[in-house]
Amino acid sequence: MTSSEPNPLPVLLRGGRPLGGPATDLLLDEGAIAAIGADATSRAGAEVIEVVEADGLVILPGLVDLHTHLREPGREDAETVETGTRAAARGGFTAVHAMANTDPVADTAGVVEQVRRLGQEAGYCDVQPVGAVTVGLQGQRLAEMGAMADSAARVRIFSDDGHCVSDAVLMRRALEYVKAFDGVVAQHAQEPRLTEGAQMNEGPLSGMLGMRGWPAVAEEAIIARDALLAAHVGSRLHVCHVSTAGSVELLRWAKGKGWAITAEVTPHHLLLTDELAATYDPVYKVNPPLRSAADVDALRAGLADGTIDAVATDHAPHPREDKECEWAAAAFGMLGLETALSVVHQSMVDTGLLDWAGVADRMSFRPARIGQLATHGRPLAVGEPANLVLYDAAVSEVVRPQDSASLSRNTPYAGRTLPGRVVATYLRGRCSTAVETVPA
Amino acid sequence: MRRHLLSAGDLSREDAVLVLDTAEEMRSLADRPIKKLPALRGRTVVNLFFEDSTRTRISFEAAAKRLSADVINFAAKGSSVSKGESLKDTALTLQAMGADAIVVRHHSSGAPHRLASAQWTHGSVINAGDGTHEHPTQALLDAFTMRRHLGDLDGRRVTIVGDVLHSRVARSNALLLSTLGAEVTLVGPPTLLPVGVASWPVHTSYDLDSSIVKSDAVMMLRVQRERMNESFFPSAREYSRRYGLDTRRMALLPDHTLVLHPGPMNRGMEISADVADSTRSVIVEQVSNGVAVRMAVLYLLLSGSNVPIETPVGES
Repeated sequence: MTSSEPNPLPVLLRGGRPLGGPATDLLLDEGAIAAIGADATSRAGAEVIEVVEADGLVILPGLVDLHTHLREPGREDAETVETGTRAAARGGFTAVHAMANTDPVADTAGVVEQVRRLGQEAGYCDVQPVGAVTVGLQGQRLAEMGAMADSAARVRIFSDDGHCVSDAVLMRRALEYVKAFDGVVAQHAQEPRLTEGAQMNEGPLSGMLGMRGWPAVAEEAIIARDALLAAHVGSRLHVCHVSTAGSVELLRWAKGKGWAITAEVTPHHLLLTDELAATYDPVYKVNPPLRSAADVDALRAGLADGTIDAVATDHAPHPREDKECEWAAAAFGMLGLETALSVVHQSMVDTGLLDWAGVADRMSFRPARIGQLATHGRPLAVGEPANLVLYDAAVSEVVRPQDSASLSRNTPYAGRTLPGRVVATYLRGRCSTAVETVPA
Repeated sequence: MRRHLLSAGDLSREDAVLVLDTAEEMRSLADRPIKKLPALRGRTVVNLFFEDSTRTRISFEAAAKRLSADVINFAAKGSSVSKGESLKDTALTLQAMGADAIVVRHHSSGAPHRLASAQWTHGSVINAGDGTHEHPTQALLDAFTMRRHLGDLDGRRVTIVGDVLHSRVARSNALLLSTLGAEVTLVGPPTLLPVGVASWPVHTSYDLDSSIVKSDAVMMLRVQRERMNESFFPSAREYSRRYGLDTRRMALLPDHTLVLHPGPMNRGMEISADVADSTRSVIVEQVSNGVAVRMAVLYLLLSGSNVPIETPVGES
């Protein structure tokens, strides 16, 4: 298929509210926002167009995910680029960063180009591959990051996600090396010795449940070390899935120094707590683990004041058998793409911590800047790419895992009522959520 | 009673007392010429053991047989599980065989909870020890043993000593004994007391000598020597000196104080042979009480009050 083709007809979005502001009309044409307001309304009257009633819907720039596991190549039983990006489009995303822990690992130009091409062929959402920092994610020697940066996939974010680059010298070298092509290392902050066999947040509950604890210090110690390393060598650092109150404090301190550090938080760490582990249902098993209510509050505050730059889903599909078992045997990770905006709505907007402009900033503008995506995370203005999402903030819905576009069903929100619903997502002016408009 | 016994914390005081009272009736059976009751005739009890524990399995087996149940022993280690069969498929198989109760021992904390909550089986699930989580029937038999010697446990002081971090016995005892009104103190090196233990309904101490002098019962936990390789303590000798119960320490105990151990013991490590074999030691009695307590649990979970039984026992 040819997803990069513009929509055959111009689209008029009537009565939507850009960034939750006053209602207006938007005309999408030739893959861009062609007109806004009265100009859009009058031009629409003169041409043959498709009209979409967006009365009262919030219009946000297309969301950008810095942290998605699409599982292809290698684990097509859990997710494919096609199913994962379809889920992304349904969640309001127009670009996702595909993590490198595939099989084979995305540690060569060949693999990252394959992942990018699969994304183009599916056409639901732009797929920007993330490259591995070390060969095979083994933490032994650097992967050919330059080749991945120079490839057609144009990789800028490098991460061993799932594994921490725990060797201080290797981390230093990686931070230095990527400066040559303006790359950034996205660290999965987890001190390995402190988390051997870890199953859940270390706290009063892990002791009661008899599960090996994953202490906050294992994340915070690495963040502190990496911040100091990045400052020392003058590099950019991105911290993946920050999960503790102490991490937020460290980031605030490092940013206060003027160091080039960014960070992301997952939707689930903004809403769920470790109490859920008491069910022993592995759908709540995730890495880093769900933390305490105090951590959740600190993460929300950190996202609100910008200490944490972005929401990133860490969408991690797993086949049923990897979750239908005892906790210790189960895989880490949970779905996130389709529920991310609703979870942020509940945890950040309904609580008054962010308005819709703030949501656009944390879920589109800033992640696009961190990933250096030129055509995403752009303002809703004439001449900008028509990447946007229509969101009905007035409804609420019960999450039904069987309705997911993902191949997997491991959502922690099953049966939970979440606010809002993505009505439509537009990628370069084409609706990427309506199945019938995406050519087979 | 509830349908499952997963955690000692699930038992209300009334539930716990009912089990202990019923166990008392069951124990009196041992003195009769015919030791068998027809209560669970035609019911099937499966001992599903993913981890070796001959003593616990035999205890449950004897309990079920004395209640006339059919017993199937499923040693999952030596069967298809080692070839990768999942907990779910094992449960479905047992369900298909008509298991009324599944007694499960598993190396993974929470596995019995999964079995009980995931709808894979309709039978009652009894936790016979899961990972480093709980072992509720062990706590019941410990409480039963203490109650026989000390009477009502309300206000009694029980000291539990050793590797609390990895001990399912300690967790279940801490919960059950505090439900029964006892004052529990956990003693061990700080490395072997879990993070967050301050939120448990117990006291904690790092000093054994000061704790045992006011104890009505001292329970020594098994400590694996291999823990020293993970730096939980420097050496077996140092552990033994600081936290082992030897003749010198036994002399500090009040006259009536009991010594318990869930077994198997490391003689010379957490308990000296002299102490283990002393008159205060109720360690062998714990084993025989285990059968009575497990009979009570099986009876209360499975029989219902309409099943005729010669011995009058409480309703389930």
